[in-house]
Amino acid sequence: MTTVLFAVAGVVAVVAAVLVVTSRRIVHAALWLVVALGGVAGCFGALHAEFVALVQILVYVGAIVVLVLFALMLTKAPTNPLPGLTTGRSPFAAVVAGALALLLGAGVVLAFGNKKIRPVPNGSAEAVGTQVFKTWVLPFEVLSVLLLAALIGAIALSQHKKGD
Amino acid sequence: MPLILPLLLAVVLFCLGVYGVLARRNAITMLMSFELMLNAVNLNLVAFDAWRLDTAGQTLAVFVITLAAAEIGLGLAIVLLLFRGHGHVDADAARDLVEVPGAAEGPGLVEATDRAASRGPEEAS
Repeated sequence: MTTVLFAVAGVVAVVAAVLVVTSRRIVHAALWLVVALGGVAGCFGALHAEFVALVQILVYVGAIVVLVLFALMLTKAPTNPLPGLTTGRSPFAAVVAGALALLLGAGVVLAFGNKKIRPVPNGSAEAVGTQVFKTWVLPFEVLSVLLLAALIGAIALSQHKKGD
Repeated sequence: MPLILPLLLAVVLFCLGVYGVLARRNAITMLMSFELMLNAVNLNLVAFDAWRLDTAGQTLAVFVITLAAAEIGLGLAIVLLLFRGHGHVDADAARDLVEVPGAAEGPGLVEATDRAASRGPEEAS
């Protein structure tokens, strides 16, 4: 049952991701990104990581995609198809990505080809929260400092200078 | 469920992200491709978490999502700065970001820089 659920969500994610990197309208690519991230959230749900799936939907779909859409509006991105959105070196890029996929796929199959997982419910918010505040307290605090630094950096970068 | 299923899905998503970063010209679509790659990493973390019946992978996945939020905030600030200075977010045309060692005063680079920097005024006049 979870395998079927995972496969459906995975197919949705892959199809949407292909459209993200090939769509000729930037706004469509951003909206397909929502579908791709939702598909990945469905995969998390099928792996019984409910908390991660919820955080994925909240943070990625709720915040990051909205930020991307804001950036598209602020940079006056046109809504009509753009011919030059993908560069002329895209065949080269496809070869690189395909070679990397073959390499990674072969490595993964050789290393974990016959392993099975039995997803059991261990992804509740309680379990993750206990883990965060038991084992990962220091990384958690460092991460909060990093978020503050990123926030200040973003404000400093986007500030208008007097001369402009 | 075989463990190979989520791992192969992560491989496909990661390589689509690599293709997007290499082949796209608009800086915002490149950032979207970075998000795809980070999602592939998260999928790997959660899959190994479910295999080992340990919660550490999910914790790290939440951390990666936080890092992605910080990254996209800074990245979009830089993209807006690029747009304000150049009038476009074309990563290929932003030639004056290139740092060529020992050839900073070379004629080709200066010419490309001038062309990229003066695109807006030329079109206006």
